[in-house]
Amino acid sequence: MVLSIDQTDDKKKSKAAPTVLKEPKAVRITLTTISIAFLFIFLVMPLAVIFISALRKGFDVYVTSITEADAWSAIKLTLLVAVIAVPLNTLFGILAAWCITKFKFKGRNLLITLIDLPFAVSPVIAGLVFILVFGAQGLFGEWFLIHNFPIVFALPGILLASLFVTVPFVARELIPLMQSQGTQEEEASVSLGANGFQTFWHVTLPNIKWGLLYGIILCNARVMGEFGAVSVVSGHVRGLTNTMPLHIEVLYNEYQFTAAFAVASLMSLLAILTIIIKNIIEWKTSHH
Amino acid sequence: MTLTQPVQKKQKHKKITVLPGFKLTIGYTILYISILILLPLSTLVWNTMQLSWSDFWSVITDPRVVASYKVTFGTALIAAVINVIFGTMIAWVLVRYHFFGKKVIDGLVDLPFALPTAVAGIALTALYAPNGWIGQFLPFQVAFTPLGIIVALTFIGLPFVVRTVQPVLENIGAEAEEASASLGANRFQTFTKVLFPELIPAIITGFTLAFSRALGEYGSVVFIAGNMPMKTEITPLMIMTKLEQYDYAGATAIAIVMLVASFVILFVMNTIQWLVSRKYTV
Amino acid sequence: MSITIQHVKKQFGDFKAVDDVSIDIESGELIALLGPSGSGKTSLLRIIAGLEQLDEGAILFDGENITEIHAKERNIGFVFQHYALFRHMTVFDNVAYGLKVRPRKTRPSKKEIKEKVTKLLSLVKLEHFGDRYPSQLSGGQRQRVALARALAVEPKVLLLDEPFGALDAKVRKDLRRWLRKMHNEFHVTSIFVTHDQEEALDVADRIVVMNKGRIEQVGPPEEVYDHPNSPFVYDFLGNVNLFKGRMQNGQLINGNYTVTVPEATATSEAEAIGYVRPHDLHIERQKSMEDAVSATIIYVHAIGPIVQIELHRDDIDEYLEAELSKEQFKQLQLKRGESVFIRPRQLKVFIPEDFSI
Repeated sequence: MVLSIDQTDDKKKSKAAPTVLKEPKAVRITLTTISIAFLFIFLVMPLAVIFISALRKGFDVYVTSITEADAWSAIKLTLLVAVIAVPLNTLFGILAAWCITKFKFKGRNLLITLIDLPFAVSPVIAGLVFILVFGAQGLFGEWFLIHNFPIVFALPGILLASLFVTVPFVARELIPLMQSQGTQEEEASVSLGANGFQTFWHVTLPNIKWGLLYGIILCNARVMGEFGAVSVVSGHVRGLTNTMPLHIEVLYNEYQFTAAFAVASLMSLLAILTIIIKNIIEWKTSHH
Repeated sequence: MTLTQPVQKKQKHKKITVLPGFKLTIGYTILYISILILLPLSTLVWNTMQLSWSDFWSVITDPRVVASYKVTFGTALIAAVINVIFGTMIAWVLVRYHFFGKKVIDGLVDLPFALPTAVAGIALTALYAPNGWIGQFLPFQVAFTPLGIIVALTFIGLPFVVRTVQPVLENIGAEAEEASASLGANRFQTFTKVLFPELIPAIITGFTLAFSRALGEYGSVVFIAGNMPMKTEITPLMIMTKLEQYDYAGATAIAIVMLVASFVILFVMNTIQWLVSRKYTV
Repeated sequence: MSITIQHVKKQFGDFKAVDDVSIDIESGELIALLGPSGSGKTSLLRIIAGLEQLDEGAILFDGENITEIHAKERNIGFVFQHYALFRHMTVFDNVAYGLKVRPRKTRPSKKEIKEKVTKLLSLVKLEHFGDRYPSQLSGGQRQRVALARALAVEPKVLLLDEPFGALDAKVRKDLRRWLRKMHNEFHVTSIFVTHDQEEALDVADRIVVMNKGRIEQVGPPEEVYDHPNSPFVYDFLGNVNLFKGRMQNGQLINGNYTVTVPEATATSEAEAIGYVRPHDLHIERQKSMEDAVSATIIYVHAIGPIVQIELHRDDIDEYLEAELSKEQFKQLQLKRGESVFIRPRQLKVFIPEDFSI
């Protein structure tokens, strides 16, 4: 009997706060309504307008818009950039998080600040700096021009700008996670005779896998969606150096709204997928 | 005791770290950051120093550029304030109340992180254009005015505030609130005197993140701003315009102003944060 | 395997964690490193394990200098304070880990690993828990998994950092006995760190008492407990009554109490403190000896075989604690508020100059 009373008490506690900790019903309803309305106007409606505008002229037009040659080449370029940039920044994130969280050294905080630096730099500036380094009048521009290896207004430039903007993503997820996990498990592994790679592979990686995956999908979303930085270095050569966001801009400026929203809807699907994966990861980590 | 055996004083031992890979990982990290971040950014500084002071000054004080500072700073500030107010409220509602569809709405808050800025830009423009879903019902124009910029920057910055305040709210135990209630405080007093002070550091962090992101934002703004000189041109757009005219010197000068400004703001906000959290740490 | 620790020093910034420590540990011994937090005991243990690097000195295993040998080649078993179990591996995989990561040449076959792990799990009475994850175990069970994991690699030295620190009192006592039994069975040289004097006295062959990075005393439990060689050790191992007073002509004068201190005759006037264990405090109803002083009983704590009595001295404003057996207590029929006479049976005097040694 006593036990059952306790249980119901617990249930109540977990479900809702005691009455002393509750606002009057009117306040609760007002706050909830305002919040939902705000989110509806700012998040749901933009998302809805994308898909409705994309499909306004029918499904055939939609399919043509995203399979047309320039759109297709933009999709391929975007995927190519992601396939190169995401693994590079993932590797960097893992190595940076390892040295920052598993060792103590002078300048550790400075290093963290430097990794975070791209967050404080406007994407346009991120693009600009690579023009200054590799552009025709740039520091190394001439050398690359002579050797017929264009960086700016070509894939390497787009890649560099995308990398710059997303340097912190994976590292940022891993550093607090690995910090909170400490080094004891790794020390235990070493004391049992494991070498560095075995320790990382069998002990560290399984502990950080969800955080790592989270960092990777966020990094990927940003790489694929980056506009400002890529816009500066791409040169907007249609069918050649236009990524998907740049292609959307071109279409939009040419008043091809349906086509623009069609490509935009693809990117929105990617964003929704990212959010879904993120929530699955959160669910996994809180239930493990 | 110690005299019986001459110990080799200060015998240097080979540095062995227990966990492996320090040299490799820190070497790679520094190299990567140097090539990708430090070298390019220092080129910006180096290029600026190539400019004569008068050229530099005339570029950064050009009336059109100065107007862009005002637009950028003003709209970013207003958007960050809107985000602080609504973001805190949304975080509160998501943590404290239960309603149908909460999980979906919670997930949706991350949309601005995941949605490409250009996509957000054209979607918001479509909504707020004079003939758009929302624009047609408003008595004033939003798209192609500073209001439109504020809308875009609010969209971009929203998750920063919600996602910094939310975990703090989740971790506040009921005890302090119960104590406050048991001492006779009403709900409003408990919120302003007990809960709100606890949230302040997170709110400042969220504000800083949203504000600095808004200062540099480009993609979502250019579509909705209309880009009218002196009225709705933002500073990143000025850099873009200079670049399109192959005016690298001008672009560099404006970029340096932006960079310095965002570092100063970050520094000021971190100092405020430090002062505030020092006051509240027990 | 014998362990020799020679003049080991370790500094963290300005803090001397380990300050010139030397100990010889014989093969098969079970040693307790006992001290308050910050005394350097854990640092010393980690240095022996190779998890921390020493600044000066040397560590020898069987006479061989292993100071510069990496932790993974020292063949030690280390049991971490919070167990450091691999949280994403099952109990079985945790125990098997040290064998699985061996280079192919020396790695046992899958079957051998399975046999060995099963044997170890039954040894720690967890044979049915192989498929569980650490999060599904109680604290005591985790502790046993950690021990089995450390033993799986057949270490020559077993090092345990506060092995029972995070467990509740009942489990601690069981595990203590069990560790002793384990040690007798495996006979591997073992060192464990603890801040619990009872634990050290109960389990260890020898106790190393540490304070501020230095060794205060080394010896078997009885010796360290009965003959502490410093006020610190007196204080740290068990309760103690203080008789603060002055030395005069080889006598300690403390209120109405005077005692001759044979070893200190040369010392003329000086502040001094006499240390008396509660069970060395004799209580009598009639003053039988001249040096007995009167005191009033203020509290009687009569639960268990030992009766604790709190007293207030009548001559000076000092409180004392005495311990009697139940029999003695019944004989004397002591009650709260009664006046009695007390007399130390054994008292050790330290002159405060000694304190700073």
